[in-house]
Amino acid sequence: MASPRKTAVAAPRRTTLLIATRKGLWTLAADASRRTWKLAGPHFLGHIVHHAVVDPRDGRTVLAAARTGHLGPTVFRSTDRGRTWKEAAQPPAFKPESGRTVDHTFWLAPGHPAEPGVWYAGTSPQGLFRSADGGATWTGVDGFNEHPQRKAWCGGDQDGTPDGAKLHSILVDPRDPRHLYIGMSSGGVFETTDAGGDWRPVNRGVRALFLPQPDAESGHDPHCVRLHPAEPDRLYQQNHCGIYRLDQPAERWVDIGATMPKSVGAIGFPLVVHPRDPDTLWVFPMDGTDVWPRVSPGGKPAAYRSVNGGKTWQRQATGLPKVQAWWTVKRQAMTVDSAPTVGVYFGTTSGEVWGSRDEGRTWKCLAQHLPHVYAVECA
Amino acid sequence: MIVRIPGLLRSYTAGADAVEIADCATVADALAALDARFPGLRFRIVDEQGAIRPHIKLFVDGDLARHLAAPAGGVRELMIVGALSGG
Repeated sequence: MASPRKTAVAAPRRTTLLIATRKGLWTLAADASRRTWKLAGPHFLGHIVHHAVVDPRDGRTVLAAARTGHLGPTVFRSTDRGRTWKEAAQPPAFKPESGRTVDHTFWLAPGHPAEPGVWYAGTSPQGLFRSADGGATWTGVDGFNEHPQRKAWCGGDQDGTPDGAKLHSILVDPRDPRHLYIGMSSGGVFETTDAGGDWRPVNRGVRALFLPQPDAESGHDPHCVRLHPAEPDRLYQQNHCGIYRLDQPAERWVDIGATMPKSVGAIGFPLVVHPRDPDTLWVFPMDGTDVWPRVSPGGKPAAYRSVNGGKTWQRQATGLPKVQAWWTVKRQAMTVDSAPTVGVYFGTTSGEVWGSRDEGRTWKCLAQHLPHVYAVECA
Repeated sequence: MIVRIPGLLRSYTAGADAVEIADCATVADALAALDARFPGLRFRIVDEQGAIRPHIKLFVDGDLARHLAAPAGGVRELMIVGALSGG
């Protein structure tokens, strides 16, 4: 039976995917049936593109976070859906007096529909930045970057995860532009209700098995956090230590990973939610046992879907390689479209893009031989 | 002085591999002049703390400049080099 909370189906629109990779940016455009896909690119060949996002408020503005092996981090902007690009005049950078330097911009998030032109960026080391002019100039969100508790919550910039701790999963409450969440790979999930002026940790119930106190208030490692657009009090997260759901005003996250098959486990990086049904979500598990191989468990990749808020899970692997496939999927590299039967897409560490036009029941390889995929977003 | 531009920065200089700027007292002044002409270039090679980025080297008439305060008065050439940075 359909959930009463499901919202109306949006008008169908052709799906285009932005494929951000370790060596540049590509696009994959579907025909109306989503059976045929056309790969185009690269843009920024040789640049490390951590994230590329289209502004859903105007459908034209695209931001891409890039750096190269030599050159410092920047943001490129397009106002014509990627046909032409300009560099941000003032990319995210910490204040000189902070003593900190941005290594790369990791996450880009459009702001609230009531604030056109507002974007947020999360960096490594962990910093939060805001633009009010469509990504042309960026300033630090002082309420977070200079919060007196920031070091206690997140540790120092050298304490983070491999490749640098990352501020990611910047979530804007569709009911209130002043209400935001952020996820940090070294710190956990935090919430502000005053547009970033002050923050509080939202980590109760989430395990942090790598800390001396596993029930600590902060110091957690969420890999990907999503807020459901149709039910903004519902959050899901794929964490370093399992999968969780939070239904505010409850303060404790509920462990929804315990029902995953033991042979697969509840570790992974991406998590995506159905655009209309708050009870439906997908994860893509990886091997987080032993020395953390970070590959598909047993070399058999599969998505797992839940249609009941994480109470139970179904394996979705039809069409995916059955054996000896040792790739996995990074936290920004899985997404959904908004078609009546939702399309689910992911990019792999081995440079493939896979898609399902039937909500994960069957998968088809849409592109291969690309560089290591860092992010996949619907345009 | 002549500033030698490496391939990885020529998207800023419309493909030019060398540009001429007025004499400058320090490397910092030279990079400021360069950035005024080619906006955004400086931040790609110098971080927000004023440090030369790890895989960039600057040579002033053949001598390695380790910081932006290095003198540049009267020099003929500032060479920007993208050092090896892995695959």
